[in-house]
This record gives sequence, C-alpha cells and structure tokens, in this order.
Amino acid sequence: MSLKGRGRGTAHLYVVGAWPRDAESPEERPQFPGASAEFAERLEFIQPQVLAGIPVYRVMDRQGQVLRPSEDPQLPKEQVLKLYRTMTLLNTMDRILYESQRQGRISFYMTNYGEEGTHVGSAAALDASDLVFGQYREAGVTQVSPGVLLYRGYPLELFMAQCYGNARDPGKGRQMPVHYGCPERHFVTISSPLATQIPQAVGAAYAIKRADASRAVVCYFGEGAASEGDAHAGFNFAATLECPVVFFCRNNGYAISTPTSEQYRGDGIAARGPGYGLLSIRVDGNDVFAVYNATREARRRAVAENQPFLIEAMTYRVRPGKKPDPPLRGLGKVGGGIGHHSTSDDSSAYRSVDEVNYWDKQDHPISRLRHYMARRQWWDEAQEKAWRKNSRKMVLEAFEQAEREPKPPPQLLFSDVYREMPPRLRQQREQLERHLETYGEHYPLQQFQK
Amino acid sequence: MAAAAAALRHLALGARLAPHGRGAGAPLQRLQQRRGLRLSAPAAIQVTVRDALNQALDEELERDERVFLLGEEVAQYDGAYKISRGLWKKYGDKRVIDTPISEMGFAGIAVGAAMAGLRPVCEFMTFNFSMQAIDQVINSAAKTCYMSAGSIAVPIVFRGPNGASAGVAAQHSQCFAAWYGHCPGLKVVSPWSSEDAKGLLKAAIRDDNPVVMLESELLYGVPFEMSEQAQSKEFVIPIGKAKIERQGTHVTLVAHSRPVGHCLEAATVLSKEGVECEVINLRTIRPMDMETVEASVAKTNHLVTVEGGWPQFGVGAEICARIMEGPAFNYLDAPAVRVTGADVPMPYAKILEDNSIPQVKDIVFAVKKALNI
Repeated sequence: MSLKGRGRGTAHLYVVGAWPRDAESPEERPQFPGASAEFAERLEFIQPQVLAGIPVYRVMDRQGQVLRPSEDPQLPKEQVLKLYRTMTLLNTMDRILYESQRQGRISFYMTNYGEEGTHVGSAAALDASDLVFGQYREAGVTQVSPGVLLYRGYPLELFMAQCYGNARDPGKGRQMPVHYGCPERHFVTISSPLATQIPQAVGAAYAIKRADASRAVVCYFGEGAASEGDAHAGFNFAATLECPVVFFCRNNGYAISTPTSEQYRGDGIAARGPGYGLLSIRVDGNDVFAVYNATREARRRAVAENQPFLIEAMTYRVRPGKKPDPPLRGLGKVGGGIGHHSTSDDSSAYRSVDEVNYWDKQDHPISRLRHYMARRQWWDEAQEKAWRKNSRKMVLEAFEQAEREPKPPPQLLFSDVYREMPPRLRQQREQLERHLETYGEHYPLQQFQK
Repeated sequence: MAAAAAALRHLALGARLAPHGRGAGAPLQRLQQRRGLRLSAPAAIQVTVRDALNQALDEELERDERVFLLGEEVAQYDGAYKISRGLWKKYGDKRVIDTPISEMGFAGIAVGAAMAGLRPVCEFMTFNFSMQAIDQVINSAAKTCYMSAGSIAVPIVFRGPNGASAGVAAQHSQCFAAWYGHCPGLKVVSPWSSEDAKGLLKAAIRDDNPVVMLESELLYGVPFEMSEQAQSKEFVIPIGKAKIERQGTHVTLVAHSRPVGHCLEAATVLSKEGVECEVINLRTIRPMDMETVEASVAKTNHLVTVEGGWPQFGVGAEICARIMEGPAFNYLDAPAVRVTGADVPMPYAKILEDNSIPQVKDIVFAVKKALNI
C-alpha cells in the first residue's frame, strides 16, 4: 500500500500490517521492552490523520430523527422530559446569571450555552454515587450544577447562593461564581487552574478501585485544558494504574479566543487516547442520546474492567436563542447571539456572526431533543410555553431570594485553613470580634449574618 | 551495654558519617563521638536518619491501610535514597507505587486519592522537582480545605530531600522552607535528628492536613541516638513545637535541619571562649513555635538565626519580623543576625559550594557580632 503523504487534510489510507516484509522467523521479531511491533524495511512516517479523522458517533440527525433504531437508548418518557427540563432550566439560569454579572450584581459567570447536551446527557448515564471532577462548565451535571449538578438535584437557590457568596452558600463565600461543590452529590468542588482535576480524578479512581466499590470517576475538561501537562500525566497514569475513570472532553472549538487549529495539530483529543493506551471515542456533543450511550457504556466497562475511557464530545459555544426574550424584571433584554467564554470575554472579537448562527439555528442540543420529543407527542407548543414561563419564574425567585440573603459572618474568614483552627488564627479572630464589639457601628454589619 | 559499645566502635571507625567525606566530616565526627558518649539510657541505640524514616513509614503503613507511598523509584529500587527499603517487598503493589516520571502527575494523583479518602505519602526525589508539581501542592492540596469550606480534606504528606547536597549544583540544591512555609493551609516540618525524622513523619502521616516534610540528603546516613521511647511504635513528635537542643545563657541560636548540627558545633567552640549558646531546633517551619524562641530571647537577649536557604524572604527573616512584633523585642540587646546560604544559585565547584552554605565559622562569627566581642 502506498502511503505517500500529500499534506494535511488529504485522506490517507493506513492499514496496520500492510508493510512489505520478508519472511520472518520468530528470532527476527524485535525484542525491545519498550514496544512490541514488527520490523519495517521501508522508511515511512505515520500520518497524524487516521482515516479522515476519528468519526463522530451520533444517534439523531440534526432534526432530532433517530438514524438507527438500535442505537436509540429508548429512555422512558419521564427521563427524556427530565433531560429536556434540565437543559432548558440550565439555559434559563445561565441567561439570568449572565445578565446579572453584566449588571455588576455578581462578579463573574460562565454560561453553558450550546453545551447543555454534553453535561446532561452524560450526567444521565452515570450512577448517582459516581464521583465527578468538573472543570467549570459542568453545572449541568448536578441538577443544577451546571448540567451535572442540576441533573443530580442541586437546588437552584444553592447555585445562586454560590454565585452571590451569601450566607446560604455551602462554600461559605470562598470561591468565585460557578465554582460549585457538593459532597452529598459526589461533585468535587471546582478548582480554577485548568486540568489539575485530571490526575486528581485518576487518584480518586485509584482509591475507589482499592475500596472495591462499584463506582466510576468521571472527569470533565475542555479541549484547551487537554493541552496542559496535567492532562498528559493524568491519561498516562490512568492507564498504568488501571483505574475506573471516564475522561470526558468537551471540544467546543475554542479556548477563549484560541481556535482548535491553534490549540493542536493532531486529530483532536480522541486521537490521543490510543497513544496512552485508552479506549477512545468521539461523539456528537449536541446529540444528547449519543452522549448518553457513550457515557453509559464507557462507565459500565470502566468499572467492570478497571480501565480508563476517553470520550471526546464535539460541540460549540453559543449564546441563547435567537429571539429576544421579554425583558426580565430589572435585567433588560436577553437576545440571541454569540456565547462568550465567560463574562470576562467578548467573543465577537474572534468569531464571525455567520459561524455562530449556523450552530444556533440548526444544531442546538435543546432543539434536537425537542424535535425528538415532539415526534413522539411527548411535548408541544403549549407545554413549551408553560415550561418556559415556569422555569423562568423558578429561577427568578431563587435569584431574587439570593440577592436578599445576608453574606456569611466575618468570623468565617478564619476557619477551614486547616482541619483544626491554629492558635494564631484563633487569636486573630478574637481580635476581630473584640474590635467589632467596640466599633461595630462603623461597619455595614447588617449585610452579614450574625 | 554491648550495643552501646558496638555503637561507639562504629562511630570511632566513622563508617556512617556524612557520606561525602569533606572537611565537614571531621567536626561532624567529633559531634557524633560526643553524642555517643552521652548515652543516657542503656536501651538507647544509634539509628541513622534513613532508618528512622524507614521505621516511621513501615509503622504507619502497618497501622493504617489507607496509608500508601508513591513516587519515582520507591518500590523495587527501594527508593532513590533507599528510604523505602524493603517496604514494597513487605506491602506490595497496592501500598508502594512506582510512578511514571511526572511530578505534576503523581502529585495530582496523590491529591485526588487523598480527597477520596486515602492517606498518600508522596515522595519527591528532591524538592527541586516539586516545582513541577507546585500547582498541585499549593493550589490544590493547600487551599482545598478552605476553598471547599471544610468539605474536602487533603490528608497528604509530601516528603523528600531539601536544600544543599554535595556536588549536585544549582538545580538540585535549593531550599524550599521559605516557599512552602509561606502558604496557609500547609504544615511544613524540617527534621534534624533521627528522632525528629521518625516522630515528625509519623505525626505528618497522622495529620489530616497537607504536610510538607523537608528532609536532608546529607543527614540520611548520619546516626543519632534514639531513646527507648523514640523507638516505640507510638512515638510521635507534635508538629509546631520546637526543641531546645542545648541550654545556654548568652545567645539564642535558632536553626532547622542540618544547620542545627552546625550550631551545636559552634556552641562547643564558643563554650571554650566562655560564651554559652542556647540552640533551638525549630523542627516545624509552619506553624512556627515562636513561644520557645521568644522565651529564649527573653533569657539571652541575643538572637542569631541560621538556615541553609537564601536570605531574601527566608526563615530567618520571618523570625526577625515576628520577634519585632512580639514581646521579645524589648529583651534584645542588639539587632538579630541572620546566617544564611549565599545569595547565588548553588555552584558546582567544591570550594565555592562549601562557601555558599553556612559553616561553623560563620555561625561563630555571627554570634561574636551579635555579642559585639
């Protein structure tokens, strides 16, 4: 087989075992401890592209029609409705919190627009006790976590409490917004530095394997974070330590302003998996059933076989809907448009409007699922309208309540630095308390919980 | 007594002194002989720092099955410095793990395992390489308890040799006491003697907070007397408590790790001139035991700090600042003096290296300066 290179982007056929070879006796096989392949007598470099790139697994087409009935996971209606409501609730919460940041009510926010399918689809495929290490766009996993947390039943008011850093925040106001955590729902507190959660997830999976529990660890990250050294080490260790971990990479085409063409030159993240000895797959991240199927199977085998899996979910970062919604009280208009990396970003600087509109109109995970549901008469316009109204009301109520809550008490400044409070910090806390006893009237103490 | 006699013979032969046979060997030998002659209890024996660390690991691995050791070469090779000798053979693959060469990787693994309920001991071949993992140590291990509002504990120990060695030059000789001592959320310990090594490592492993243990490669082969009490399986030294190694009246010498030995040497030299030094072995860098230092300064009225690390923002700088902020300042008769490593990357040439770390003569000079004699 000829394997002449013709530059990037051209399809090549590379078939294992097609190298011309002389008759080899067993003694002629390579004996290197580092690799056990066969000899080759022709100088030829392996092309970075395998086939035309690793194919993208999907279950539905862009209109929500199932292509192969055998691939339809045939989830019960209630669960499909839950998926839909979770994705849309997440979307609604994103809009409101994004706008609240623009208005200076919270300092920072990250939306999940366009990527809801990845979080919610994968969350639905996990067991409730599977340990989740997120990056920062996985609110969808915990019922409200973004996505993942949201699906697992994390209440709206706790999401809001975290973003506002108020007294109800289980995180005691210690973290930037969207850095949720919930031990009860097995969601590890989000940490800002990228990819640090990857080797940690492997370590946790190792601990779980030692405990012989039937749990998996799922680790989410973006395609940009996959460039970090931590990712390389994490993938490598997962394989050598044989851990029940599922790596879930959301490839949304951009890392802030850096497009994937500048982030890597190989065939995405999925192609790196085999290099580490990981079973790997690429899926359509906007197809919630494809995400569900891949996650479910990977999770099942990771636990059964004690080996890691890599899923790369292809998606796109967008802004919500095209129609401007009715103005939210006090929040102004929320219209369609471009999704930014975070509130610290303006992506009109690096993405064309055309590019974004295509995804927004044609390939949104929410609308694809809605078509699927409508086809089965599980959903209609009236329900859509009612749900939109209801979900917005829920979010607004939680939002307004969160704004009214006091902040955590100032004494919490000193706790949790260590498991036990050291004498120096205790002294400083007592100094603060004495100071406030005398001069408290000069401080806005009414904004803080006692 | 037979054991004691054997130990003395062993010392006299100088078989297991600082393995690098330099000028520092001779005063060190005298120091060891002096210690050997001070055997107090019949059951006390000589144990090297290496063996003390090994004992501590062995005892803690046996005591709590959540404890495990990971790092490069810790398993079959018995450890790059043989600290984990015999442990892989005894406890197997699940408790002693050889990792691929990625500090950031295995530190991250260890942090994740700690978050999920295990108690890892993560070995850095030297702390110089911990810089490749420093995000995991500081941003993850140190800060997570606080940032998760107490819901996630990271009961991890990072250990390995720190500071100067012999002839390994700049990238293998840096002292990280000031770097790690800077961070809230971490505890940092720096043992000198075998007792320190064993007691502090056991305490560190049992502590639910992330602990950084800064050992010294030059001390691994040095034998110290270990009392019967110190040999027991329950021997633990409290983190955050300094030890007065030598009582004195004229000046307080505060040091950690190997320089403690140099201070004791200097004290012997100065004693002949009528100056009695009080030598404090800090044992813990963070939280630092300032009460012991302050009480000593109140008694002696003079302070000299000694460390192997660089002067700027170092351990001595912190001690001086705290003395000024506390009651002991009023007892100082002269400004405190710091003895530190030279403010250069560690050179390779032996004569330069020798003069880049505090020597006994530097400490003697500093004391005389403080006392104005």
